[in-house]
Amino acid sequence: MATQNRPLSPHLQVYRPQLTSILSILHRATGVVLALSVLLITWWFVALAGEPASYQSVQAFFTSWFGSLLLFGWTFCSFYHLCNGIRHLCWDAGIGFEIPQVYLSGKVVLGISVVLTALVWLICA
Amino acid sequence: MKNNLRHPLKNVKGEGASGDAVNHWWLQRLTALALVPLTLWFVLSIIHQVSQEQSAVMQWVSRPWVTVALVLYLATMYLHAQLGVQVVIEDYISSESRRLITILLCKAILLIATVAAVLSVLRIAL
Repeated sequence: MATQNRPLSPHLQVYRPQLTSILSILHRATGVVLALSVLLITWWFVALAGEPASYQSVQAFFTSWFGSLLLFGWTFCSFYHLCNGIRHLCWDAGIGFEIPQVYLSGKVVLGISVVLTALVWLICA
Repeated sequence: MKNNLRHPLKNVKGEGASGDAVNHWWLQRLTALALVPLTLWFVLSIIHQVSQEQSAVMQWVSRPWVTVALVLYLATMYLHAQLGVQVVIEDYISSESRRLITILLCKAILLIATVAAVLSVLRIAL
């Protein structure tokens, strides 16, 4: 097809990464990860309702170092997507569009996500 | 008043450049709002429950309000996730047929997973 051979302007190669763009793609990336995590969550519930053997294998996976790492990553994805999601909802309501506000809210979102992830793992795990 | 100018069949088929976009937008925001408390609760709960024994976890799932919250979380998560995934796919796949098939496939997988999870919760709790 002709569209596959035409020259395109460079974008990712030339645009300097900024907090705004990084947080935006991170919101999308965490969203996709969370959608994929629905499959793991389903596996856990189905095993929970099933035979002891099936639950034991799922419990062993999630308490292993790799499973715990996945859980930790999932926790951060959840909290980041949640906090940045609230930031998006504020924008939908028309709040917080000034450039200084955007950068401040971005840093707050990142900070809270990291703090919440650390806190939850210290307390609940 | 303006709505009468549109043929009813066009509304049903979701025709027009944006299709069903306004409904999509609203449902995405409403489920997002509902998911704020639900996700906070779910993440905190799961991290604790994941290391517990099966009988203890099943007892936790059977607690009346836990069952309600779990079903609400799973259903709302399904709605929000498939809308979000749809938006991502729409951005990256340009072929109309491949785009539609991918979106439907993702929605189907998420639906099956959510139904399986909800039914498991109900099987434990009821």
